Amino acid sequence: MTDGYHIVVCGSVVPDPLQTLEPIETPTGPALKNEMMLPAVLDPWAAHALYEAANLASKVTGSKVWLVSVGPKAKLQQVMMTIAQRVSFELVPVDSSASGFADAHSTAALLAETIQSIAGLDRSRLLVFGGWESASRGAGATMQLVGERLEILDQFQGVDQLSVQADGSFEVLERIEAGRHQVSVCQGPPALFGWATGNLPEPRNNPQVGMANMRTVMPALQRAKSEPLPAGGLHFLSATPPKQQRQTRVVKDLSPEQIAQEIAEWIGK
Amino acid sequence: MASTATPIKPELLRTLPSDAARQIQWRFADRYDLQMLVQSARSVARGPVARLVANGGRNSHEWTPAKAELLKAFDESGITAVFMDPEQGGFIAGPKNLALALVAFELAWVDGGAATASLAGCLALAPIHERGTPEQHTKYMGLAAPPQAGEDRKPWRGSFCLTEPIPYVGVDTGMLNGKIRIAEWKEGEEPTLQVEKRGRFITNIGFANFVTAAVDSGDERIKGSCMVILEEGDPGTFDRGTPTRKLVHQLSSTGDPIFSLCIPASRIVGGYDVKDGVILPRYNHSEVIEAVFRRTRVTVGVMTAAKLLSAVEPVIRYQRGRFRGAETATPGSVRYELGLQAREDALHRLVDVWATGEAGAALGFAAARAFDELDPLEREADKLLAAQGVTSARARAKLQREASERAADLVRLPAGLPANDAKRAQLESDPLLRFVLLDSLADVLCPATKLWNTGWGAQMMREAVSLMGGYGITEDCPGFLGNKWMDAQLEATYEGPEAVQRRQLSITMTNPLFRAQFQAWIREMRGIASERPGTGACALATAMGMWLWTLERLQHSTDADGGRLYQSARQGVTFPLADALCWLLAARCQILDAIELEQRGPSDPAVAEGLAGLANFMTDLCHVQSARASGEVARICAELVFGYNRHPAWDEAGYRGCYQQDELDSLEGIIPGIGSYGLDVIGNDGSHPKKAGPCAKCHGAEQFLSLQTKLSTCLTGCRLSKDRAAEAISKLMIPEALDYPA
Repeated sequence: MTDGYHIVVCGSVVPDPLQTLEPIETPTGPALKNEMMLPAVLDPWAAHALYEAANLASKVTGSKVWLVSVGPKAKLQQVMMTIAQRVSFELVPVDSSASGFADAHSTAALLAETIQSIAGLDRSRLLVFGGWESASRGAGATMQLVGERLEILDQFQGVDQLSVQADGSFEVLERIEAGRHQVSVCQGPPALFGWATGNLPEPRNNPQVGMANMRTVMPALQRAKSEPLPAGGLHFLSATPPKQQRQTRVVKDLSPEQIAQEIAEWIGK
Repeated sequence: MASTATPIKPELLRTLPSDAARQIQWRFADRYDLQMLVQSARSVARGPVARLVANGGRNSHEWTPAKAELLKAFDESGITAVFMDPEQGGFIAGPKNLALALVAFELAWVDGGAATASLAGCLALAPIHERGTPEQHTKYMGLAAPPQAGEDRKPWRGSFCLTEPIPYVGVDTGMLNGKIRIAEWKEGEEPTLQVEKRGRFITNIGFANFVTAAVDSGDERIKGSCMVILEEGDPGTFDRGTPTRKLVHQLSSTGDPIFSLCIPASRIVGGYDVKDGVILPRYNHSEVIEAVFRRTRVTVGVMTAAKLLSAVEPVIRYQRGRFRGAETATPGSVRYELGLQAREDALHRLVDVWATGEAGAALGFAAARAFDELDPLEREADKLLAAQGVTSARARAKLQREASERAADLVRLPAGLPANDAKRAQLESDPLLRFVLLDSLADVLCPATKLWNTGWGAQMMREAVSLMGGYGITEDCPGFLGNKWMDAQLEATYEGPEAVQRRQLSITMTNPLFRAQFQAWIREMRGIASERPGTGACALATAMGMWLWTLERLQHSTDADGGRLYQSARQGVTFPLADALCWLLAARCQILDAIELEQRGPSDPAVAEGLAGLANFMTDLCHVQSARASGEVARICAELVFGYNRHPAWDEAGYRGCYQQDELDSLEGIIPGIGSYGLDVIGNDGSHPKKAGPCAKCHGAEQFLSLQTKLSTCLTGCRLSKDRAAEAISKLMIPEALDYPA
């Protein structure tokens, strides 16, 4: 591979996990209470994919990274203020819903269509990256559906490592049970990788990179087309957050051993 | 009785104000460079800084390796480079006052010492930035810039060393204690200077590679004072001294250094000329530090405002969860769901803390923006004056005075008349007029921010701590509120304590050009009040009028002994009046921010949702703060207007204003019931009512009393606003946990 890769990362925003995420019913289906008002972050799974993409691009001359994001434009802009300072990429935004209750099929269709519309994208050099899961509501299906629509046959999910071999092939480590990895070899692009966490740290902040990215990010956001996501026949019977259980007793003068014993017994129930 | 014009707005605040809302309020919604900077600074503040504080990093006075790691984090995040222009390794072009204020805000949200450490580097560079020669600019900005990709070097750190001498050594704090003398001056070569300087409480000294120090001439061949740049490798002594045993801001390095160094004369900041064998520094130290401090003091004020706003979330969480876990607080019960927020007092006091934080931030960021606008204008005015051949300070001052008079006349022109509008357009088109106008404003906004934000902010930080009960003064308190309270006291002191700010204000607030603008603001507030009565702008306008009336009265009045009231030495008059002005300025800026949010919010989808509730809440906070400010102003002004008159006594002079009992008795036949109106009646036996003396008259102050009465009634509705704000706080959604370790 002498010309470099064209790496398209699919990733959007999710509400900051520290926020109170309370499902509510709206006329159009379930949503999170005050979602537009809550601070957002780049979906952590997609963020890993983006950092891996940037890392790969930095090692292979001629490579380029696009970040295709389907989400509310205003939210994307806020998140870009952080993410754009991490790595170099070109943003391809689509102003639409990033709700965790969106239909994976509709989202995948929109993503695939957007990827296909990227000018100058060379399929023979194409690597599609994304999160294997999502922090919003992990259907775990979106990336596979994107791959199908793009007719990419080589797909890997739960990827933790991607190594380029001397002959241009990839060695891919995918997560399997019991903390082990399945090792595969892929001949080369086009291929799709749904990333788990990878093994890269969060890149350090670089305002110079941010300023360079912003020259294209802001115009791209202004141009972003608005695309409603069809429900695609999906409907939810109910939506509830995971239950939290709190059992508190005020007890004084217990020794650490007694406290540990009590906790162990409680866990064992 | 007419009721208030404020409509009832049922929409309540739903979440804490978002970044997008703050960007609108503080006017950087269209500046992505600043938005990125905020995120960078926040990631450092709520990451490495918070972890260091939580791990006990403040428990040492020494400059430790862990603290030094923060400098690296500042470099990597772009915080260090904020002060530099792009060609010097920075990434923000143009003025950087707002940028620095935002960095200070984010860092101080977690720890004031970290903010100080970052800002002190900028303070060291500021003399060079403001008055340095091009060579000094290039050298020190380049050295201090963080390394770019592929560069292998350590950035230089700077320290700023002004006047403060060691106490009890017979040195007046108002004098420069450093001296420079000519060590060697060979014919045709650059002179070498010997610098002797001792510093006190010098920030960043534990690791500084260079120091910008203020020194006075100790040699007849050097004229006056100047600032010089000292480097750690210079021949002689560069002793960093012992670390100061601070109770606050422990994440910044502070010490008492001693310098005895030999430096080339080219290190005089701004350069020098030689005339008749005498070195004439181009700028004396006062000219340099005036340009520096008038900018950097704003960021200090912003820091204290950040602390107050940072206290809101932890206090709400504490109040709501206060009783959870107790047997009597079962889920669904008021005790469980609302905790302490079931009590009005807890909510009202939090409203006060929040309102103060909003007002402080509004004032601080307004000041920072004013300096951003002023910086290029100042350079343009300099060029204009130079083009006119104006070089001497006296000629410059004269021209500026004339320009100020013209500008004041234009500001005073009544609005609405086309002829006047055309004349006023001169203000916009003439750079010199714009400069003097903005300069007069900056002269007030800077000390006001430093004084009010830190001084009153420290008081309100105590209130925030008290809202956490005993928890507030433990190391476990979420949000480090106890630390922040203590830190606020230092912020009120360093870079010019409160007395210095009051003294500056007592001069600048009497500038006729500022007063002309102030009068225009009174009209502006009335206009706002007519459209948004819920902001309290009307009460504020009345209080502003009262303040102005009082100032003018005091400037032309004497005390009971004939002593002039408004004069430099009469700090009992000038200082409280300066305090009163600060309350007004902060409340005004807060109202303007709330209006900005309400007007521009709908165009931002991230703000539009829930905007009605947010705007209502901010409006109510404005009303709360305006009422508080008005009350403070009324109290201060009343004391000053009446306090210097001698109270009448039960003596001959006092009796002259009283009725005699037999006099009243004889009048009773003509005017039945008059006896019941006479308060000060002298009995036939010379007896008098039991009180301090006959009631004081208010000759000449009738207008003040009228304003006072008006102001009292202007407060109508302010407590309803407080009730609404309190209700909103009890219902707003907060995150599950604080986003930094504490």
